[in-house]
Formats: sequence, C-alpha cells, structure tokens
Amino acid sequence: MKHLTVPVKDTDLQPLKIGEEILLSGTIYTARDAAHKKLVELINKGKKLPFDIDGAAIYYSGPCPAPPNFPIGPCGPTTSYRMDSYTPQLLDLGLKIMIGKGKRNDNVVESMKKNGALYLAATGGAAALLMDCVKSSTVICFPELGAEAIRKLEVKNFPVIVATKANGETVYR
Amino acid sequence: MRIVDVKLIEEAIYEMFLTCCVHPDRALSGRIQDALAVEKSPIAQSILKQIQKNIEIADQNNVPLCQDTGMAVVFIDIGQEVSLKGEYINDAINNAVRRAYQDGYFRKSVLSPITRINTEDNTPAVIHTRIIKGDKIIIRVAPKGFGSENMSRIKMITPAQGIEGIYEFVLETVKNAGGNPCPPITLGIGIGGTFELCALNAKRALLRSLGESSEDEDIAVIEKKLLNDINKLGIGPMGMGGSTTALAVHIISAPTHLAGLPCAINVQCHSVRHESRTI
Ligand code: SF4
Repeated sequence: MKHLTVPVKDTDLQPLKIGEEILLSGTIYTARDAAHKKLVELINKGKKLPFDIDGAAIYYSGPCPAPPNFPIGPCGPTTSYRMDSYTPQLLDLGLKIMIGKGKRNDNVVESMKKNGALYLAATGGAAALLMDCVKSSTVICFPELGAEAIRKLEVKNFPVIVATKANGETVYR
Repeated sequence: MRIVDVKLIEEAIYEMFLTCCVHPDRALSGRIQDALAVEKSPIAQSILKQIQKNIEIADQNNVPLCQDTGMAVVFIDIGQEVSLKGEYINDAINNAVRRAYQDGYFRKSVLSPITRINTEDNTPAVIHTRIIKGDKIIIRVAPKGFGSENMSRIKMITPAQGIEGIYEFVLETVKNAGGNPCPPITLGIGIGGTFELCALNAKRALLRSLGESSEDEDIAVIEKKLLNDINKLGIGPMGMGGSTTALAVHIISAPTHLAGLPCAINVQCHSVRHESRTI
C-alpha cells in the first residue's frame, strides 16, 4: 500500500488514483462544524488563524475523551458536507488536504480544482481502529469547544482512500 | 402490586449504555462477514474489513466503536402493576446516562439547538415511556449518532401513491444519503399512524435485532423487497460503490387515517448499537 507523509509536496499528489488506499503519516489538524465557523469568522475579521493553514491537512473529527493511557479516544471522521460552506475560504488560504466522509458539493470541488487540493475519505465508524493510528494529540485552540476543539494530531499509517482529486475526479456515486 | 426501586432501573441503564457503545448488535459481525463473501469491489472489501477489525479493536481496548456515541435514547415500558419507589424515573435515567458517558469516556454531544452550548454530560436523554400490561419493566436503549440521524426523513404520502409511493420515497432517501450515513445502513421505517407515531415507530423498528424480520408476513415481504432494491443502487460501503448498501430493513406499521399514508425513515449506520433488558 502507498504511503503519504503530511505535509505533502504537490508532486506527491499527482500520481494518486481515485479509490486508491493510502497510509497517511505526519501532522493533521482536527476541525469540525463549530471550529470551522470560528476559523471563518477570524478570516472575515482579517485576523490570523491559530495554526498555519498553508499546506495543512484538516481532519473532520470530534474524538471521544482519551481513556487512561491513550493519547486520544476513538476518532473516526464526521460527514464532510456540513463543512462545505466554509471550505472554499480555507482552500483559498492554502489548505491542501481534507479528510472526512461522504461527497463534497460542487463549490468545494471547483475550489479544489482552483487550489490544487485533495480530499481523502476515512472509514466512518472505524473510530477505534483509527484511534490506534494516532500517536499524540494536543488541543491547540478553541478548548471551550470540547470535542470540537482544534487538535494537532501526529498519525502513523492512518488508512484513507483517495476520494476526490484536484481534477474533479471522485469515487462517489 | 410489584414494587420496584428506581435505583435498579438506573443501574440497568448505566450498564446498558456502557455495554452498547462498545459492543454492537451481536448479529453485526456475521452480517459484515456475509457481505464480504458477496462483495466484489476491492474498496468495498477493504472498508468492510476495516469495519470488522474496528469491532474487534473496540472490544479488545474496551473503547467505543464510534466516536459519535450519540444522543441517549431510552424506551421504557412499565407494567401497569408496577409501583415505582424512589427518585423520579426521568431523573434516574438521566443520572444513568450522565454516569455512563462520564465513566465510559464517551463523547458528550448534546447541546442547545439555539445557543449550541453543550450540556457537558450528554443529558437530557430522549425518553419514551409506555404503560404495558403486567408487572415487568422492559428497557431498551439506543445511542444514536447523527451522521445517520441527519439522513432520516418523513413524508406524508397520499393514498393514491400507495405502497409504490413508499418504495419511491425509501429509495430516493437512500440515494440522496449516499455515503453520508456510514453505509452499510439499516433502515427503521414507520408506515401509517399519525405524523409523530410514524416517526416513533421508525425509531422503534431499529431496536429489533439486526435483520430480524417483521412478524407480519405482508410487512416482511415489503422489507425483503426494499432491502433487495436498495442493494441494487450500487452505493456500497461508505458510498464508494458495491452491492452492500443496507444490511436490513425493519418496518413497523400502524393503522392510519383514510386520507393519509405517513412514512418515516430513520437511518441507522453500521454502528448498530442497542441493548434491552427486562426487570
Ligand atoms: S453515522 Fe454512525 S458510524 Fe458514522 S460516524 Fe455517525 S455514529 Fe459513527
């Protein structure tokens, strides 16, 4: 199986095929509904974002609390379409990879084409399995959002499927 | 009169949530195995294997199957000959939910619909109480994730559209949902009754053991046909194509008004979680 390290180089993305399974390693940031709302509010006010989004990978996930002796609780993907209205603004700032589940809308796909981004799907509900691939987790902002806070995760061999590419090709029916 | 201490109910519900957020319906693994035997697409194979593996890891590590440990839905049927002693029953149920979500390291997902401020303990539970014959108490709990709940729908179909209208509505709902509700899904369908009874029956239908067909033969035929038709849609596991879009269709019907044919569809993801216990 192919490995991909994040942050990625553009040349890493071109050879990827739709439906191809890859193992992701490196740094990814969790952000879901409430965090997206806050990020976009910051952008609209012209403020600086709490992490460097240029080239970053965002994972749509709100984990369970970490049980004793684990860095994080179960942490599968949440449904991506709820982030669609916020996504183009983040892509314009350089967001490179999104990880979630389910189809994206046309605006997101258009913005992905414009910005050369990649959308990966993790298996929804496979939260205990994905938890095993997270080596560390730190809340970096919006702690008041609880499960929805933004976390910096270090992942190793995190299984994902190439779902939508920057040329608009998609695995979804 | 049989006297039952409410504390007993609280303890039962506490244990049931701790169990069912970690261990899915006992039939799930077998159903996934069956799907693996027929599924031809390699992506579908790989996703189904992950789902299978996830069940094992959750069990070994005693952690929730899915991070969305849901809203706590509790159905409680109380025998008419039972007298409850102790705390107010709904408070006891909420205590059980609060304790289970805390002790189990489950996610707290419940918040105000307007302010979006989280209650921090996953209460209040959604409680459906019913009085039944006899002196037993039957408790059923089901944590419900919202990836699939969000894909649920209700429609007041016209009598002229009839059963064909129901088929059309169900297939359209599954098609629109695509990969969002974490297929392979199970559908709980309410047919008939009033607007709210129909929706409640859809939820109740999901409490049946996975794949257990209706005792009503006419309904069982509809369940089978729908399951067959849904699996011809090609949506497949996580919406990436394949022949395993749904694992089961469960229907509960109720008499309705001569002017109507309500139909509610409650979508359940592959994390089929529920427990039942009789006291
Ligand atoms: S739809 Fe079900 S399996 Fe998917 S994330 Fe939600 S609770 Fe988990």
